[in-house]
Amino acid sequence: MDNLLKIENGKAIARASIPQVAYEQFFKTLSEFVKNEGFIVQFFAYKDEGNYKLLAVVRNNELYVIGTQVGKSFMSLTRNSSEKFHMFEREIAEQYGIKPDGHPWLKMVRYHENYTGEKDVFGNDYAKEIPGNYPYFSVEGEAIHEVAVGPVHAGIIEPGHFRFQCAGEEVLHLEIQLGYQHRGIEKMLPTLPHKRFPTICESIAGDTTIGHSLCMCQAFEALAGLSIDDGASIVRTIALELERICNHIGDLGALSGDVAFNPPAAYFGRIRGEFLNLLQVLGGNRFGKGLVRPGGISHIMGEEQRRLIRDKLAEATPEIEHVCDLLFSAHTVQARFEHTGTVEHNMAKDLGLVGYAGRACNISYDARVTFPTECYAELPANSNLVTNGDVNSRAAVRREEIMHSLRLISLLLDKHEKLEGTTTAVYMQDHNLSPASFVVTINEGWRGEVSHCVLSDEKGKVQRYKIKDPSFHNWTGLAMSLRNQEISDFPLCNKSFNLSYCGFDL
Amino acid sequence: MEQGCKTSKYPKEPIALYHRFRGLPVINKECSTEIAELCAGICPQDAIDTAVKTIDLGRCTFCGHCEAVSDGAFVRFSENFDLGTANRTDLVTSGSLPTLAKHSKQHFKKLFGRSLQLRQVSAAGCNSCEADTNVLNTPFFDLSRFGIDFVASPRHADGIHVTGPISLNMKQALMDTYDAVPSPKIVIASGCCSISGGPFFGSEQIVGDLNNLIPVDLYIPGCPPHPLTTLHALLSFFKR
Repeated sequence: MDNLLKIENGKAIARASIPQVAYEQFFKTLSEFVKNEGFIVQFFAYKDEGNYKLLAVVRNNELYVIGTQVGKSFMSLTRNSSEKFHMFEREIAEQYGIKPDGHPWLKMVRYHENYTGEKDVFGNDYAKEIPGNYPYFSVEGEAIHEVAVGPVHAGIIEPGHFRFQCAGEEVLHLEIQLGYQHRGIEKMLPTLPHKRFPTICESIAGDTTIGHSLCMCQAFEALAGLSIDDGASIVRTIALELERICNHIGDLGALSGDVAFNPPAAYFGRIRGEFLNLLQVLGGNRFGKGLVRPGGISHIMGEEQRRLIRDKLAEATPEIEHVCDLLFSAHTVQARFEHTGTVEHNMAKDLGLVGYAGRACNISYDARVTFPTECYAELPANSNLVTNGDVNSRAAVRREEIMHSLRLISLLLDKHEKLEGTTTAVYMQDHNLSPASFVVTINEGWRGEVSHCVLSDEKGKVQRYKIKDPSFHNWTGLAMSLRNQEISDFPLCNKSFNLSYCGFDL
Repeated sequence: MEQGCKTSKYPKEPIALYHRFRGLPVINKECSTEIAELCAGICPQDAIDTAVKTIDLGRCTFCGHCEAVSDGAFVRFSENFDLGTANRTDLVTSGSLPTLAKHSKQHFKKLFGRSLQLRQVSAAGCNSCEADTNVLNTPFFDLSRFGIDFVASPRHADGIHVTGPISLNMKQALMDTYDAVPSPKIVIASGCCSISGGPFFGSEQIVGDLNNLIPVDLYIPGCPPHPLTTLHALLSFFKR
C-alpha cells in the first residue's frame, strides 16, 4: 500500500508524482491490494522515451495509481495473483508486444498488429483475415460436442463469436471471442486534432454515448483547467440517467421477448423510444450525440425542455411500474428467470464484475456513490434487494435502477428550475492541455464503471489515451453464468448482461 | 388496452419531430467565405467544402456545431428527415436532395415493392445504428405492415443493410454474408460510418466506404439515421 499514490477521480496530477517502482515491488503491491477488496480500474502499457511502462489504477473505497517499467516481458499477475488481471494482461500483450510470462490463457483480445513493431506475442500474420492463429478452450470426451455461433448473429446486433463446449444440452464451458468490432480507436486518438475526440468517444459504444463522452470531457476539463457551470452539470447528470433508463427498459423488454412473454416486450419497446426521444429533446439526437462537450454542454435546457421531460416522466412512470408488475409477477417468467445463469458472489468478486452485473451478485459498488462526478455527491444512492446473481437478480436490479433514475431526474429538474445564473453553450475547440500530466476519469455508465485515462507529453499533446468500458470486466461473467446451464438459456443470460461488443473491441 | 393506441399512421399522416432534431441542412449560399471557413474549421468530420459551399452528408454526423457559428449564418439544420439517396454524389449537398422515389431503380420496385427481406450486418457499428434500426420493429413504427422484414438467414434475404465503418476484422464475414444472399440483391449503407468511415475516418483498422467492397444501391445518412429516415428511405426506394 505504501507504494500506491492516492488520487482523485477527474483531477489531473503531474506524471512525475506517479510512484515508479521496480516490477517486483509493483507485482507485490498489486497482488496484496487485490486480495483485500481491491479492484482494477485500469491497467495498461505505454511507451515512454523508448521504454515500456505499465500503469495501474486500482480502487477500494479510494482510488490509487502506481507505475513500473518493464522489458519485453513481465511475470504474469493473472497466473500468480488474481483473475482480475486476465484480460488486461492479454490487452497489454496485444497492444505493445510485451509478454506476461506464465499467463494461463495468453490469447489475442481483438486481433490487430501491435503498436510497437515488436514480434507478435501470438504468432499471428495480420495480413490474414480474422480468426487468425488461436486455439479455443476445448473439452474432450465421447458425448462432448462443440457449438460455434457468430460473428454474424440472427438478429440486428453486433458481431462476436461464441464457442460452447456441451455435453448434450448442458454447457460445460463457453468461450467468448470478440475483436470483430475493432476500429483502432486508442491508437488513432493521439494522432488527431482535439475537435475529433468527442465525436469518436461518443461512438466508442453508441448505447453509452453519454457515459463515454462524460469521461472524455471530464479528462479534458481536468487537463485544460476548464470549469463547468451548475446548469450544464445538471443536464449532464440527467442525460446519463436517461441513458440508463433507455437501456434498462430496452433490456427488460428483450428479456420478456426471450421468455416468449410478448406484451411487456412490446410495451417496453415503445416506452424505451419515449426516453430516447427525451434525449432528443435535450440535445437533438436520440442517443445524446453532440450534447456533452469539454467545458459544458452544447444545448441549454430551458423551460420548454424541462416541461417536456417532466410531463413525459409523469406519464411514463405509472406505465413502467405497471409493465414491471406484469413481467415480474408472471409465474412463467419467474420460472425462467430464477436460478438461471447464476454467478456466485465470490466468483463475481474474483472476476471483478461491475455495474448491475456486479450488484446483482451483491457487490454494491456504484461509481456514482464511491467516486461521484457532476451532481451525484448530493443525490440519494440506490440499493438493491434481490442479489442472488441469477437472471432474475439482474432483471430486478434494472427495475430498481429505472425507478431510482426516474426519481433522480425529477430531483434534478427541481434543482435546475431553482438555479440562478445562466448556462452558456460550449462547442468543441482546441484546448491547451497541461503538459506531462495524468488524469483518470470514472463514471457509472448504465452498464457500470466507464473509465478513461489520459497521459499528456512534455508539450501537452495526448501521448496515451486509454479507454475501458465496463464490458471489459463483465464478458467473463457472462461466460461463467453459462456453466452447467442448458444451451437454450444462452439468449436469456446474454440479454440479462447485455454487454457491449464495440465498447470492448474499441 | 390501458395504454391506448400508440402506433403511428406514417406515411399516410406526416410526423413532426422535435425542433431540436437535426435533419436536412439548409445552407446559405450567400454566406461569406470567412464564416463558412469558421464552420469548416470546427467540423470534426471535415464535411464542409467552403469553395462550393456544400456539406457532405455521407461524412456529417449532424453534431450541429456549425449551426452555432454566427447564429446559423452558413447552415441551419431543418427537421426534414428525408435524407436517403440513391447516389453517393447526391449526398454532397448545398441544401436539397433529389426526390428518392424518382431516382430509385424501377426494377427494384417491381421485384421488392410488395415484399422485402433484409439481412442486417453490423460491421463495427457502435450499436446506435443497430438500435435505431431495431426500433422499426416496435409497435410505433411497425415495419412489417409494409411487407419489410429483417431476417436471420442471408439465404432468405433480398439484400443486406450494413452499419458501421467495416472493421478489417468484419470484412470477411460481411463479404460471406453478401455472397450468401441470392441475386438479384440490394445493398444498403446505413449511417455515416458505412458511407465514409464516419467518426473513424482515417483509421487503418477500417475499410470505411462500403462502396470499396460492394456496389451500394441506397445510402441512408445520419449518426445514427433517425428511424423515420430509414423508414422513409426504404418506402421511397422500394414501394411503388
